[in-house]
Amino acid sequence: MKNLINFFKSFLLLELLKGMTVTGKYFFARHITIEYPEEKTPQSFRFRGLHAQRRYPNGEERCIACKLCEAVCPAMAIKIEVAERADGSRRTTQYDIDLTKCIFCGFCEESCPVDAIVETRVYEYHGENRGDLYYTKEMLLANGANHEAQIALDRAADAKYR
Amino acid sequence: MMELLQTLQQTGLDLFGSAWLLIWTVVKIVLIVAPLMLGVAYLTLAERKVLGFMQIRPGPNRVGYWGLMQPIADGVKLLCKEIIIPTGANKFLFIAAPALALAPALAAWSVIPFDDGLILADVNAGLLFLLAMTSLGVYGIIIAGWASNSKYAFLGALRSAAQIVSYELAMGFALVCVLLAAQSMNLGEIVRGQQSDYGMFGWYWIPLFPMFVVYFIAGVAETNRSPFDMAEGESEIVAGFHVEYSGMGFALFFLAEYANMMLIATLTAVMFLGGWLNPFHGWPLIGALTDAIPGLFWMLGKMSLMLFFFLWFRATFPRYRYDQLMRLGWKVFIPLTLVWVVVVATWMQTPYWFW
Repeated sequence: MKNLINFFKSFLLLELLKGMTVTGKYFFARHITIEYPEEKTPQSFRFRGLHAQRRYPNGEERCIACKLCEAVCPAMAIKIEVAERADGSRRTTQYDIDLTKCIFCGFCEESCPVDAIVETRVYEYHGENRGDLYYTKEMLLANGANHEAQIALDRAADAKYR
Repeated sequence: MMELLQTLQQTGLDLFGSAWLLIWTVVKIVLIVAPLMLGVAYLTLAERKVLGFMQIRPGPNRVGYWGLMQPIADGVKLLCKEIIIPTGANKFLFIAAPALALAPALAAWSVIPFDDGLILADVNAGLLFLLAMTSLGVYGIIIAGWASNSKYAFLGALRSAAQIVSYELAMGFALVCVLLAAQSMNLGEIVRGQQSDYGMFGWYWIPLFPMFVVYFIAGVAETNRSPFDMAEGESEIVAGFHVEYSGMGFALFFLAEYANMMLIATLTAVMFLGGWLNPFHGWPLIGALTDAIPGLFWMLGKMSLMLFFFLWFRATFPRYRYDQLMRLGWKVFIPLTLVWVVVVATWMQTPYWFW
């Protein structure tokens, strides 16, 4: 009896018709595609994009050259050179991030005691040569200057979870 | 319109004499092939759109409004690509194979009636001609597979040959039922045999419903379309018989596949869905309203419906395993069609045959 039912089930293509109703329904469903250049997905305030170096509101750069980020970086993408400045404070003379090595893990940002190195929400950048993706201290500071408002907002939003 | 055609015929005869028949036929062929090629191009777009919609994404929409220029862009791309002939390939056969695949797919259109009297060659054995032409297409595939000097291409060609031969039988028997019902092999006569005052209920898909299903599934298998695309089987044998083809050679196989798809859709429409007939003919009110619509419209509409089913199948079903495919062809379809031939023949002897 069971065999007979199974025979008619497969003979009348019931399962196949069921499958076709599923795809038929989806034919009229709303598309979930985000059409990228026109539409963008929402971002978290923890988004880890292009790096930036921040400054204090008085213009003093935050980085104290503790080299924690260089030590924690799993991809060894950060290179720091240190020297004493005229006023006696410890500062970097060189702070480079090689974005071709960087894996955007965010450890540098986590480890920074003064919130100097951060990752911004910027992800639409490119380089036409390999060297274009080697970011020096000046470039990172410029990034920070450009996006400071957004960076500060994101840090404030994240602050209550820390 | 008729007068215009007649004056055209007369001036043609005066100008070219006996050569006019040849010229006139070539004109008619162009009038069939050019829209067909355009149809094939846009069928590829329709396929990608339908597959996209069924996977809740929009499909190609970057080239032109709603992606409408996509087939043209694809065509230009394929035209500009280099044609690579593999070492050890049989050059002549390698180049001839795409043409051999495409030619029968186009030749078969000569006996298709698009409207009452709108037909290139009104031959009496149209059905036989079609069976012959659809089977000839397999030569292109076999030769392509063999001439490529590649294992994958050869495997694909062998699979395709076995598959097409198996399904040809079921398809033939399904057509025998149509032949019995219409008592003619002329496609125009077959459509006229479906004419009645009951609209779509007078068509052969009602008495021959199992054959309608079998014919269409066998047609999907014949054209090597998913779920029967064993010949291509990209997850198993790369792309099957056309792995070694690039550029226009590949494009010709592509054209042949889609032209065959359209052919099967059209044949299903002609033999089971009343060809150019109005589905509402003879119905109260709606019948009178729709009778003014030209038959070509209904024909194209029915074709599009069947083509949509091709795409729907592709979006829904996973590929058959090879032994299941053979089992379906030999152990299900052939017995079923044989039984239905007897059923129809007996049914026609009783007074309960209304078609």
